[in-house]
Amino acid sequence: MTDQLVPILVATIAAGTPLVFAALGELVTEKSGVLNLGVEGMMLVGAVAAFAATAASGSPWSGVLAGAAAGGAMALVFAVLTLTLMANQVAAGLALSLFGVGLSAFVGKAYESVSLAPSPPLAIPLAADLPGIGPALFVHQPLVYVSWALFAAVAWFLYRSRPGLVLRAVGESPQSAHAIGCPVIPIRYLATLFGGAMAGVGGAFLSVFYTPLWVENMTAGRGWIALALVVFATWRPARVMIGAYLFGGVTVVQFFAQGEGVAVPAQFLSMLPYLATIVVLVLISRNINTIRLNAPVSLAKPFHPEVA
Amino acid sequence: MRFVSPLVAAALTFAAGLVLFSALGRDPLAAFHAFFVQPIDDWNGVAELALKAAPLMLCAIGLAIGFRAGVWNIGAEGQLAVGAIAAGWLAVGFHGAGSALLLPAMVAAGALGGMAWAAIPAFLKTRFNANEILTSLMLVYVAALLLSWVVHGPLRDPQGFNFPQSKEFHDAALYPLLLEGTRLNAGVFVAAAVVAAGWWFMERSFGGYTMRVAGLADAAARYAGFSARRTVWVGMLAGGAAAGLAGVGEVAGPIGQLLPSVSPGYGFAAIIVAFVGRLHAGGIVLASLLMSLLYLGGESAQMTLDLPSAITGLFQGMLLFFLLAADVFISYRLRIAAPARAPREAAA
Repeated sequence: MTDQLVPILVATIAAGTPLVFAALGELVTEKSGVLNLGVEGMMLVGAVAAFAATAASGSPWSGVLAGAAAGGAMALVFAVLTLTLMANQVAAGLALSLFGVGLSAFVGKAYESVSLAPSPPLAIPLAADLPGIGPALFVHQPLVYVSWALFAAVAWFLYRSRPGLVLRAVGESPQSAHAIGCPVIPIRYLATLFGGAMAGVGGAFLSVFYTPLWVENMTAGRGWIALALVVFATWRPARVMIGAYLFGGVTVVQFFAQGEGVAVPAQFLSMLPYLATIVVLVLISRNINTIRLNAPVSLAKPFHPEVA
Repeated sequence: MRFVSPLVAAALTFAAGLVLFSALGRDPLAAFHAFFVQPIDDWNGVAELALKAAPLMLCAIGLAIGFRAGVWNIGAEGQLAVGAIAAGWLAVGFHGAGSALLLPAMVAAGALGGMAWAAIPAFLKTRFNANEILTSLMLVYVAALLLSWVVHGPLRDPQGFNFPQSKEFHDAALYPLLLEGTRLNAGVFVAAAVVAAGWWFMERSFGGYTMRVAGLADAAARYAGFSARRTVWVGMLAGGAAAGLAGVGEVAGPIGQLLPSVSPGYGFAAIIVAFVGRLHAGGIVLASLLMSLLYLGGESAQMTLDLPSAITGLFQGMLLFFLLAADVFISYRLRIAAPARAPREAAA
């Protein structure tokens, strides 16, 4: 068992990484008071854009950039609809997810039989040689380290920087923030675009580094799981990380169990991440005050300086 | 005025289609004809239109009952699959029994299966306050895996050369065909009856009224003593039952057996149908016909235009975007004004 521990940890971190990107992005969006249910669509479009760009240029990093840009472009559509045109955020988010599924399937048809060269993992010098934790934590795809930097940046930004304070104020009470002169709508635009770009990077990690293949609907609900993670994390970055790796672990355990020949049909093992999502949602929502005290107060509520 | 924006949205979707076709290097008018006209230029096409509209209107009317009350059931696709599994299990279990009761029993089992699946998010919402959007959606993936297990395991056809599919249903387990030479079957009557019942419930019953109040003004509903739990349960179960019936309609209709996938996303497309139909029975019928045409157009585009049929999803998403955007211009009056210099003044 112990000789399997390192590969299990490595696989867990890899499986959790798309969730880290998507959920941290959505966390920032929701902290500004915007609920974007289109994460699944943005991830898919990011994944297909990243795959196409990598296939064309041969460079996975151009794919990551393309994924971020595509996710951001999707988020822009959502932002125009909900922030400028004041459409219902729930409906617009669902529309974005449905549109993203369709768009990515349409664009992706041309790439279904294409395969990318796998990118080698990057071992951090010295750290990778540490006994035990070295090979588990410091021999990963470069984008995994980027996700850790992103976590540090988001945590610092939200709780240690002035713009982060303003962003949270906008999410709690846009009326008050507006009254003291904060540009509520532009801040919400930026937060939404950031969320979209990060969902796109999460998708890019899946299609360019993780599999590396394009398969229709390849995110398989990870965008929705990311949304659930933000609730599970009670809108706190550190708990997002814990949740993401927990889900990575559930995904990986299922593969290892199949590999070990556990006498349970494969389909039931594959249900685990989805059932786990339901279980954690129930656990965290059970006490109504947990959500009430932690959710941004104005989440999903429209605000317009000239209408409010 | 509320009914103008779906028309605007449909027109904009058609227009976007012309732009999209020319961007893809096709002759836009010919492509438009192939996509939106050719599929329904004969009786067979019209029959296919009704055949695909039936599950869409079924799912959409059930969802509309919930949506009106602010109950966001987006798991119709999973409830449809479980309805299909429940009906399919009966069809395979009583294969060859030839009883006239088999089909009605399948219809009942499908509705109950869909309701059971929808009861899970309803219970988790009312008992544990868990967000029904996320739980109902997660259950879509679980239902798809359940269906996959059923056709790979217990209900796999022993004579099926190991393909993951059940045996083909006996005639007694299929909706009778209505038109010779087409696939149109009596399932459309079930859809029509459910839509009529949905209309009556939403527009003419006290229960439907309490649901509407809950959706429009949650505090007023509470003050009037309308139970919020009951609203969630009714909204969820109505959606589940209707989606389950749609599942029966597929396996006892055009498919005729259980397959690893029994729906090309009808449960999700029905969300768009419900919105485009303004959560209203009449509108939903029209919107489901339009959405059905988008499915047929996608198939036609694959055959005649050499475009992937996934283009259907693109049109579906655009339709909903245009609808949401058009609503704005109906809810708000546009005023051209100089931008306010400081937010303080704008707030006044």
